[in-house]
Amino acid sequence: MKNKNNLLVNISYSEAIRKALLYLFKKDKNFVILGQGVTSPWYVGNTLKDFDKIYPNRIFDTPVSESLVTGAGVGASLVGLRPFIIHPRMDFMLYAADTIINQAAKWSYITGGASCVPVTIRAIINRGGSQGAQHSQSLHSLFAHIPGLRIVMPSNSKDAHDLLIASVKSNDPVIFIDDRWLYENKQKFKPDYKINLAKVNPKIIKKGKHITIVASSYSAHLSLEAGIKLSKINISAEIIDLRVINPLKVDLIIKSVKKTKRLLVVDGSWENCGLSSQIISSVCQKINLNILKCNPTRITLPNSPAPSSHILENFYYPNVDLIVKKAKKYFNK
Amino acid sequence: MRLINKKLKFLTNPARYSDFLNLGKFKKDKLIYFLSMMIKIRLVEEHLAMNKKNNIIKSPVHLCNGQEAIATAIGSLIKKGDTVFGNHRSHHHIISLNTNLKYFFSEILAKKNGLNKGNGASMHLIDKSNSFYGSVPIVAGTIPLATGAAFSLKYQKKKNISIIYMGDGASEEGVFHESLNFASYYKLPLLFVVENNFYSSNLHISQRQPSQSISRFALANKIKFKMLDGNNVLEIYNHAQSLINAMRKNYEPALIEVFTYRQLGHVDWREDLDVGVDRSKEKLILWKKKDPIIRLLRSLIKNKFINMNFYNDIKNKINTIINRDWKYAIKSPDLKERDLTRFVYHEE
Repeated sequence: MKNKNNLLVNISYSEAIRKALLYLFKKDKNFVILGQGVTSPWYVGNTLKDFDKIYPNRIFDTPVSESLVTGAGVGASLVGLRPFIIHPRMDFMLYAADTIINQAAKWSYITGGASCVPVTIRAIINRGGSQGAQHSQSLHSLFAHIPGLRIVMPSNSKDAHDLLIASVKSNDPVIFIDDRWLYENKQKFKPDYKINLAKVNPKIIKKGKHITIVASSYSAHLSLEAGIKLSKINISAEIIDLRVINPLKVDLIIKSVKKTKRLLVVDGSWENCGLSSQIISSVCQKINLNILKCNPTRITLPNSPAPSSHILENFYYPNVDLIVKKAKKYFNK
Repeated sequence: MRLINKKLKFLTNPARYSDFLNLGKFKKDKLIYFLSMMIKIRLVEEHLAMNKKNNIIKSPVHLCNGQEAIATAIGSLIKKGDTVFGNHRSHHHIISLNTNLKYFFSEILAKKNGLNKGNGASMHLIDKSNSFYGSVPIVAGTIPLATGAAFSLKYQKKKNISIIYMGDGASEEGVFHESLNFASYYKLPLLFVVENNFYSSNLHISQRQPSQSISRFALANKIKFKMLDGNNVLEIYNHAQSLINAMRKNYEPALIEVFTYRQLGHVDWREDLDVGVDRSKEKLILWKKKDPIIRLLRSLIKNKFINMNFYNDIKNKINTIINRDWKYAIKSPDLKERDLTRFVYHEE
């Protein structure tokens, strides 16, 4: 739905992705989609609904060949196309690690800028429901380690829409990570079609003065909910949504922590060498530690693969209550 | 498969095919072009070998001495708009496309004026203006890229083809098989050129595969293929020409497997006779009798197209160019510390 001010109303995260893709199909004849099950909601929810009917010659269902298909996307991007490669589950994308890490990420550098890789690789986080260790991973920290990649993790409909368009328009290889647990969240927003991904910064999604909570994607959504709960007990949390985690920009976080003097990081991946480690170390290196009222802490996944037991799943994934509880400790509440 | 095994018996035997080439209907100009290009590649490689030995070149160099016929034949069939991808051993591929030796040498020395602005050296090369879209040293790393390029060419309805040069070792990587399947299913204009020189670094193919022919994988994927004497530039040219013409017309993949021999070791200037199984002085001598340049040269002299003086003239002319362009490269500016993080991202 669109109203007079070009506001998109009541748009779910997954609809926002579809709208962005539809826009790209219309705007760029060299935009194509490749991936497994791209014509089936079983793989991709409703994010690609009816594209096989509207653009039958521009959407390609591929064999189960993650490595080749991702590499073909990179290769096609060297010769005029803007391919959008879909991995319905991020776990399977590891087959394409060579293409992503050795080829796409390095191509601009090793060719001295003579060539670039305008490919977007969409990795879907699809977990819960007792899917277990190989169907549930959030591997963003792993890819964020690599110079040359841009890693985008939207937490809401507007970012899912706008940053997807910016990702495809970028001349660098982008991994766009969306989370199926966000698909039903709705929002009204004014779309922006002209964002330069290289200029995208983290964003304060809730202003506050007592504690800075930093997160991205689903964790940012949880943190926002927690922030609302915290305000009811007079803890004013400032929530920062990272949006792009590589290259990581930390100026806004540092500014916020200088104000609140407390830092909590929430991340849906593991602790060791993970995104949360990077945020905390970046902040600690760049501020006077004496101003902090408590040590920075973090909420991450436990140091284990995802369990298959639905009982253990309740302990495994961070949730709003956990964030509230951890934040309260900063204030001895 | 029986046919593959039968051909294999001849093509892998260095004692066969060391006779004169059948010059057929080739015009003199074309023959001299082939000879000159192969000599150019050989002399460049000898020059690089010497400079690697003298430690002027710092990066590893994977030289192609003995394998010149393949790139010379295929390279002469490339048209504007085609996309060529190479691998760790790609000097002959890029030289056959008439890359400017000044920038090529500068790149080998990792200098600022190089093809890749000094960020690639020998193992990563690019020269898009001459259809060379990139080479990298991850074995099989460029196969999916070349497949994607073919996909793009077909999608854009261009009458161009994509070419992937690969070795026998790369056929052991899974992505090669994914690519054969995909190219066959989607009917992509992708030419696999398999330079079967029997070695994956220093491991002989008999230590790695139950058959010495890579063509069997084309057969399994319903892809047209040819098994050829890799040291016979004319035979490669004839077969590649008819395959490529059909590919441009019909949008279809093909595979050419050429049997050849690496006269030097896996990397740098040595012959490396002591590091591999089934690599002996005797065998090397036999394969050197099949040297692609000597065979064409002898055939041309026998047919009175040229004489030895003419041959020496070609060599002298090319050597003059090599020396001139090498000097340019040596004088080309070095990279500076501030260049370390340039080009990590295309958009700053």
